[in-house]
Amino acid sequence: MTTSTLPSKPRSPRRIAFSQTLGRWDIKFSPYLYISPFFLLFAIVGLFPLLYTGYVSLHEWDPIGGQGKFVGFDNFAWVFGQRQFWLALRNTMTIFLLSAVPQIIVAILIAAVLDTNLRAKTFWRMGVLLPYIVMPVAVTLIFSQMFSQDYGFINNLLAHFGMAKIAWHTDVLPSQIAIATMVNFRWTGYNALILLAGMQAIPRDLYESASLDGAGPARRFFSITIPQLRPTLIFVIITATIGGLQIFDEPRLFDTGGLPGGASQQWLTLTVYLYNVGWFQSGKFGHAAAIAWILFLVIVAIGIVNVLITRRIASNEGGHKR
Amino acid sequence: MTTSRRTTIAAVIAVASSIALIATGCSSAPSASSNEKVTLTLATFNNFGYNDALLAQYQTLHPNVTIVQNIAKTSDDAQTNLFTKLAAGSGLGDIEAVDGDWMPKVKQYPDKFVDLASAGNKGRYSDWKTAGGTAGSKLIGLGTDIGPEAICYRADLFKAAGLPTAPADVAKLLTGDWNNYYSVGKTFQAAKTGAAWFDSAGATFQGLANQYQNFFEKDDGTVVAATNPDVKAAFQSVLAASATQSAHLAEWSTDWAGGMAKGAYATMLCPAWMLGVIQGDSPAVKDWNIANVFPNGGGNWGGSYLLVPSQGKHTDAAKAFADWLTAPEQQIQAFTVAGTFPSQVAAYKDPTLTGATNAFFNNAPIGTLYIDRAQAVKITPFKGVNYGSVMSAVQNGLTRVEQGQQNVADSWTQVLSDIKALG
Repeated sequence: MTTSTLPSKPRSPRRIAFSQTLGRWDIKFSPYLYISPFFLLFAIVGLFPLLYTGYVSLHEWDPIGGQGKFVGFDNFAWVFGQRQFWLALRNTMTIFLLSAVPQIIVAILIAAVLDTNLRAKTFWRMGVLLPYIVMPVAVTLIFSQMFSQDYGFINNLLAHFGMAKIAWHTDVLPSQIAIATMVNFRWTGYNALILLAGMQAIPRDLYESASLDGAGPARRFFSITIPQLRPTLIFVIITATIGGLQIFDEPRLFDTGGLPGGASQQWLTLTVYLYNVGWFQSGKFGHAAAIAWILFLVIVAIGIVNVLITRRIASNEGGHKR
Repeated sequence: MTTSRRTTIAAVIAVASSIALIATGCSSAPSASSNEKVTLTLATFNNFGYNDALLAQYQTLHPNVTIVQNIAKTSDDAQTNLFTKLAAGSGLGDIEAVDGDWMPKVKQYPDKFVDLASAGNKGRYSDWKTAGGTAGSKLIGLGTDIGPEAICYRADLFKAAGLPTAPADVAKLLTGDWNNYYSVGKTFQAAKTGAAWFDSAGATFQGLANQYQNFFEKDDGTVVAATNPDVKAAFQSVLAASATQSAHLAEWSTDWAGGMAKGAYATMLCPAWMLGVIQGDSPAVKDWNIANVFPNGGGNWGGSYLLVPSQGKHTDAAKAFADWLTAPEQQIQAFTVAGTFPSQVAAYKDPTLTGATNAFFNNAPIGTLYIDRAQAVKITPFKGVNYGSVMSAVQNGLTRVEQGQQNVADSWTQVLSDIKALG
C-alpha cells in the first residue's frame, strides 16, 4: 500500500498492488462482512431499542407529545415507590416458577419417551408440537373460559366429584396456576422437541456400555442423559427464563373486565404493569421505560443465576470431573 | 411467552411500528381528483351497527370509494390502539371511533385531528353532545350514539318472586331513588328465587357515577374523587346493597356473560347499546324485558364519536364519509341493527325510530322508550383526562369487596392510594 503513494516511480505497481490489497482485504474483512447481518440486525432491533428505552427512562415522556424534561433517575424512584410494582415483581416470579419448573421437567420426560423406539415416531413428535402452533391469544381465550369460576368447565368437573369450586379469577395462587397452565400447554412440547434433538446427539455406545455395567434405565437417565444434555438444557432454561419473565398475552387476556391484572393485582406481571402504566392508564412512557429497564436487569440477573445452577447440577451428577 | 431477548418495550414498539407499516402500505396513494379510487378504513369497536348493507349504500353513492371496517373487541382495545398509533404518527384508520369516556384524553391533541364542522351538521346534536366532541374551537368528533339508561329485567324471575311482570307495572314499582331500587331488591331476595337482584356492584356504580356533574373531577380537571363525599357515599351504598343483592359477577367477565344466560340475576342497568350485548350473551332466554324507568331519574352511560385523524391520506373523503355516517338517517339504520341509540336530535321525530320495537325483548317499544329515557337525562357529567383511570381504580375496589378479598373500609383505603399513585 505504501508503494502506491509514490507516483514518481517509473513502473507503477498500482494495478497489481490494488488487487493484492483487495485480496488482503478479502481475507481480513470479508469474514466480518459475512457475519455482519446478525450484528446489524441486533444493533437495529436489539441494541438500539434497549439504549433508546434507557434514554426515555431518564425523561418525562408523553406518548404523543414526545420528549419532556430530563428527570434523571426520578422515574426509577417512582417505580420503586409503587405498591403495584412490587406485587407485579412477586407475581412475575411465582408465575415464572409455576411455569418454567414443571415445564422443563415434563419436557425432559416427554423427550425421554420420544427418544425410545416408538412406533409412528413422527406422529408423536408432531403431536407434542401441536399446542405451539395455536395462537397464544386463542389458547388464553379458551383456557379462561375453562377456568371461569361459576360456569367454567374445570369447576363444573370439580363440583361433579363433590369438591369445592376454586376461585380461579379471585385468589392469588389459583389464578396464577391457571395462567401458568396456559403457558405450559403452549411451551412444553416445544421444549421437549429441542431436548429430544439434544438427546439424539448423545452417543449410543455410552448407553450400551452402561447397560453392560449393569445400569438400569433410571440410572442411565440420570447419569448419562441429563449430564450429556447440559448444553441443550442451558439453552432451554435460559429461553424459558426470558420468556417466563416477559409473559404478557396470558395475564393480559385472562380477564377482560377492568384494569388488566386483576382487581387486587393477583396476576399483574411486570409486562402487564408496564403496559398499564405506559398505555392503558396514565400514558407515562418515562415510567414505563424505567419498568422495562428494571425488567431487563431482573432477567439478566436470573439468567446468570440459572447458568451457574445448571452448570453445577450437571457437572456434579454427571461424573465427568474436571 | 416469547423467546425474544429484547426488552419488552422494544418488542411492543417493533410490533406497533410493523403494524403501522403494514397499515400505511394498504392505504397510501394520495387522492387528487374526487373521482379517483379511494380506500377508507373505518375503525370501530364493539358493535356500532355499521353492517355491510349500510356501508354498501355509501359505496353505491360514491363508486370511487371502497370502505374497509376494522372492529376492535372492546372500547379499551380501541383506546390502546388509538394512542399507540397516534404516538407512532401513522397507522390509524381514516376514521376512528372514540368512546365518550376517553374522549377527553383525545381532546388534548386537537391538532392531530381534522375539523369536522360543516353547514350540514350544524345543530345536529344536543349541546352537551356537541360540547363533548369540541376541542377548543374545533369540532373534532361527530357524535354517533348515546347511552340513555333503562332497567332490563327477567320477567320469569319477577314472577317467581311474586313481583309484577308487565313493563308498565315494573316501571311504576321502580320509580324512585336508588334506595327504592334496593328495597324492591330486598323484597325480591326475600322470595328466595335463587337469583340475585342485580349483576354487579361495578355496573350499578356506573349508574350512580353518571348522575353527578363533577363526580371524580372538577371542571378544570382537578381530581377530587378522594375528597368528594358523594364518591365515598356511592361506594359504600352500592357495596352495602351488593352484599345481599348482587350476583358478584365482575362486568364483562366470562362468568358475567354466563350468569346472564343462566338467569343468575333479575335486573341490570340497561343503556341502549346494552340490548345488543344481552341478546348476544343470552340468546336462548325468552323473558328479558325493558322497563321505562331508571333509579333517581335519568342517566347516560357511554356513547361515541367518529374522528378523522389528520395523519390520514384522504382526509377530505374521510370527512365526507364520517358526516354521512353520523347523519340521522344512517344512525337510525345503525340503531335497528345494534340498538345504538341516535344522538342526533332530528332522529327522535323519525317514524322508523319512534315505531321501533325489539322482538327479543318481548316487543318492547325501544324507540319511544329510549326517547323518554334520553329526555330524562338532566345532568351532563364532566369527564376529564383522568376519568377513565380513576374509574378503573374505583371499579377494582368494588370488585375486591364483591370477591370477598377485602372489607369495604380496607378496599376504600386502597382505592385512595391507587388514585394518589396516578399522579
